[in-house]
Amino acid sequence: MSMILAALLLIPFVAAIVSLIGSRRAAETVTVAAGVASLVLTVLLMPVVDRRGTVHAGVWLRVDAISLVFLLATSFLYAMAALYAIGYLRDASAPEEDTIRHVRRFYAGMNLFAWAMLSVPIVNDLALVWIGIEITTVVSALLIAVEDTDGAAEAAWKYVVLASAGLSIALLATVLMYFAGTTALGGSYEPRVTLLVAVGGSLPPTVVKLSFVLAVLGFGTKVGLVPVHTWLPDAHSEAPTPVSALLSGSLLTVSFYAILRYVQIAQRSIGPTYPRTVLLIFGIASLLLAALYVLDQRNLKRLLAYSSIEHMGILAIGTGFGATIALVGIFLHVLAHAAAKATAFFGAGSVLHKFGTQDMRSIRGGLDVLPWSGPLFVLAVLALGGMPPFGLFRSEFQIVTGGLAGDRFALTATLVVLVTLAFFGLTLFSTRIMVSPGRDLPPRGEASGWMVAPMVLGVAVLLVLGVHPPADLQRLLELAAGELRSVR
Amino acid sequence: MAHVPTVFDSVANVIAVGVLLAEFGMFRASMVDSQLRLYAVQSWLVAALAAVVAATRHVPSLYALAIVSAVLKAIVVPWIMLRFLHRADVDLARISKVRVSSIVLTGIAVAAIGFFAIGSLRIQSPVLPSAALAIAAGEVLVAFLLIIARTDIVSQAVGIFSLENGVFVASLVLAWGLPILLALALVFDLLVAVLVFAIVIRSLHHQEDTLSAEVLDRLKG
Repeated sequence: MSMILAALLLIPFVAAIVSLIGSRRAAETVTVAAGVASLVLTVLLMPVVDRRGTVHAGVWLRVDAISLVFLLATSFLYAMAALYAIGYLRDASAPEEDTIRHVRRFYAGMNLFAWAMLSVPIVNDLALVWIGIEITTVVSALLIAVEDTDGAAEAAWKYVVLASAGLSIALLATVLMYFAGTTALGGSYEPRVTLLVAVGGSLPPTVVKLSFVLAVLGFGTKVGLVPVHTWLPDAHSEAPTPVSALLSGSLLTVSFYAILRYVQIAQRSIGPTYPRTVLLIFGIASLLLAALYVLDQRNLKRLLAYSSIEHMGILAIGTGFGATIALVGIFLHVLAHAAAKATAFFGAGSVLHKFGTQDMRSIRGGLDVLPWSGPLFVLAVLALGGMPPFGLFRSEFQIVTGGLAGDRFALTATLVVLVTLAFFGLTLFSTRIMVSPGRDLPPRGEASGWMVAPMVLGVAVLLVLGVHPPADLQRLLELAAGELRSVR
Repeated sequence: MAHVPTVFDSVANVIAVGVLLAEFGMFRASMVDSQLRLYAVQSWLVAALAAVVAATRHVPSLYALAIVSAVLKAIVVPWIMLRFLHRADVDLARISKVRVSSIVLTGIAVAAIGFFAIGSLRIQSPVLPSAALAIAAGEVLVAFLLIIARTDIVSQAVGIFSLENGVFVASLVLAWGLPILLALALVFDLLVAVLVFAIVIRSLHHQEDTLSAEVLDRLKG
């Protein structure tokens, strides 16, 4: 089984190299193959984690139920984005020589991005988690800037400056946690998550508190938590669509994974109250601001970007509630949000391709011209709004139930009100561009079947997660919640 | 019994103060190239601290880190950036939004907040120069102020690099037992530096020979 962990790290890396030197067809084939292989390998890990609790490869690589949830979300999105990218890039009208260079750079970057995101939940070391997230910044900034427009350069600049500043703070958090560990583990040791959780009770509380707040602030920059979220709408709206989907559905949650590891260590050391309070503050601020911005948004991809901030806020609040059912809810939310947000971004990409603009005031009659991606986009947006029967309804219901179970009535009511507010903004604008009749519409038809297939998959997964999640997956979510909740 | 400062504590504290003073010097520097030279000085100081930690704590791999840090951060990065600035032939002056006197006074206040906030937490250990940690915290906050106050992208990039120097000082005094983390952090900081620079060139190409960040205002809301 340890071979699977090594393969998960090796496959996307090899795919990146092949993409960089091969033909367009080779790059497309190897990227789809790598995405699907990563997903299959991750699914193969599920019964093993269910049986043994963890899978190890040496001392450096370790997957438990928490890591596996994030691996599932990332590998699923990797496969979806690889399929979508085929249609997205074949449509480019640049000269052949420029196009092949662009295609090679794009696929190599996408595979490296997936490699970095897959490595974060696999490594069993706080320092390596930080390095993995730093690599995601470098690669994704290049991918945001890959289209060489003014907007893309500006978005990439803001992203690099803010993410670098945030990750510097996260490095400070890492070295402080390392320093905290020296009291129990000696001057020189490897800061493995398992080791720090094991000695959590003997870590100095003040240092752990400081480290935790800095970790939430630093990694929170990459998660998109308010007030360190300002790069996110720009990057999501200017990046190529497959990259927007990976950024929103996977990168944000992978960074949230880093915060969850600090939650595990902190609650062993200082108890659950302090970390939960910090997360509730950041979560409510994110949800509030995102809900208000969603109500006043005119750009389609920015609308979806603010929806991502909203959903990251929901994750932080769910973790802050701390009840087991809320924690099961946040892990389901990670999976369902990945499927819904990727499907919505893919739909937005098709709209952008058809109408040539992201300005929702200029787009009408989407359902008339996009026979497949139009309805699928509407379904994804309804799912993002938390409508049944999709997975996000189930996960948000579980988080709300967790809030009520913990007697946090005011916070739960605030959560419900803000989610409802965001739902109105999101569905009103998105359905208006699809349902309202338009004049001088572009010709009816989809740009490519490759751009529709992943959307069908995304909606199917959302339905399965909402109506009847597989028993194996349900057990995995409960196992992950149990690991996160374990205080003593 | 009170903790008696060792020679290492004193050297670490002096170097941390030097790094902070270089940061204040950057406020005073009205030209981007003088700011870059101050960044080089700051990087020499950080490399010296790495060598001192290597000698005191008997961690030989930190010597290699000190050498790599000196070569890359104190020589290669400033040299490449200076070369680029001279080639780009752009106006290098008038880069601050705020007057020097105001920004230096604000910087002193911010550094004091960082210093006393960390100091008040009483993070103590027999092997930790506490004052150096508190000064590094002040330096990080001052670097943030520098990034905010500057209106050109090269100057903002240098602000990010100097912020990383501040974090590096803190890392050296807190996590000297983990040279692999320090080495990798350095490598990835430089990777970001190169990336930032690539984007600066791209942006410059599109923005008609200007380095001002004030034109980067298309994306709003």
